[in-house]
Amino acid sequence: MSREINESQSNSSGSALAAGMPAPEFTLPAGPDRKVTLENYRGRPVILAFYPADWSPVCGDQMALYNEILPEFKRYNAELLGISVDGPWCHRAYRESRNLQFPLLADFEPKGEVARVYGVYRDGEGVSERALFVLDNEGRISWSYVSPIDVNPGADGILAALENLSRKETQDGK
Amino acid sequence: MVSKMSARLSVPVSERDHVQGSPDAAVTLVEYGDFECPHCGAAHLVVKQIQKTLGDQLRFVFRHFPLAQIHPHAERAAEAAEAAGAQGRFWQMHDLLFEHQQSLSDRHLLLYAEAIDLDTDRFARELAEHVYQPRVREDFMSGVRSGVNGTPTFFINGARHDGLYDVSSLLDAIQRAGSDV
Repeated sequence: MSREINESQSNSSGSALAAGMPAPEFTLPAGPDRKVTLENYRGRPVILAFYPADWSPVCGDQMALYNEILPEFKRYNAELLGISVDGPWCHRAYRESRNLQFPLLADFEPKGEVARVYGVYRDGEGVSERALFVLDNEGRISWSYVSPIDVNPGADGILAALENLSRKETQDGK
Repeated sequence: MVSKMSARLSVPVSERDHVQGSPDAAVTLVEYGDFECPHCGAAHLVVKQIQKTLGDQLRFVFRHFPLAQIHPHAERAAEAAEAAGAQGRFWQMHDLLFEHQQSLSDRHLLLYAEAIDLDTDRFARELAEHVYQPRVREDFMSGVRSGVNGTPTFFINGARHDGLYDVSSLLDAIQRAGSDV
C-alpha cells in the first residue's frame, strides 16, 4: 500500500484521490463480529464518508444527517459506509447511541491505513479528514471532496454525484 | 478535488411556502427547523424578536427539517403544523409547538389543535393517515439540496447564513443583506 502522504500539511486535502481513479480495495471490521469488503459492493454506487472520530459534535451532526437521508441514497441503490480510526466496539456504542442505520468501519489496525491510501489521513492528529468519495458501479471514484475538518460537508454534493452517475448510466444504456 | 457548490437555497420561496410578512420586503429569511430541536426553540424567540424590530422590512419563511432519528416527535409535529396549515392556522400551531417542545406526543398535538379551534376530527384523521408526510419530506429534501446540515439553518435572501444566530448577529446579517438590495 502506498504510504506517500504530505506530512508538512495539517490539511491533507491536496493528496486525496480524485475522480477517475480506481478506488483502492479494502476489508475492514464493521463491528466486533462483521467485516466489510469494498469489492462486494461492485455493481452499485458506494459512498465512503471518512470522518475524524465518533462522538465529536460535528460528526454527530454529519452522521445524523446521513442517517436521515439514507432512503434517498437507497433510491440510487447506493451503499453508505462511514469510516474512522475508532475501534469496532467504539463504533458499536456510537451507532447504538445515534441509532445509525448504516455500517461504521473501523480503520483501526493498522491505524488509518485505508485513510492513508485514499490520501485523507491527518498525520499530526492521527485521524482522517472529513472526506467524501462517491464510487461508481465499477468501483471507480466519480467524485471526491475534502471538507474543512470542523465543517459538516452535508449531503448535497453526494446527491449531485449520485444523480450524475445515474444520468450517465442511462445515457450509456446500461 | 472537486469543489462544492456554494450553499444557496435550491428551491426558491413560492406559494407553497408558509410566509409571514410582506412579499415586498427587502429581505427574505428562510429557516429550516425541527420542532423538537432545542436550538430551534431558542432560534424561535430570536426570530420573533427580529420580526418585531424589522416589521414590514422582513419576510419570514419556515420549512421543515425534522431529524426524526434523534427527535422521535419531530416528524409528527411537522405534519401537525401542516395539518393546521391546511385549515389556515399554520403559524398558530408553529408557535405552540415551539413553546411546548417537551410535550409533542399525539395527545398534546390534539390539545393544541383544539386550542387553536381546528376541526379536530379532520386534524386527527389527517395525522393518522400521514397526509402531509410527502410535503414535509419535500421540505427536508429541498434543505438537503441547499446545504442544510443541521438545525436550525437560515438563508438570508437565498444565501446560507453560517454565522451565529443570536438576535444581534442575525439582525446584523439581515440588515447587511437589506442594504445590498
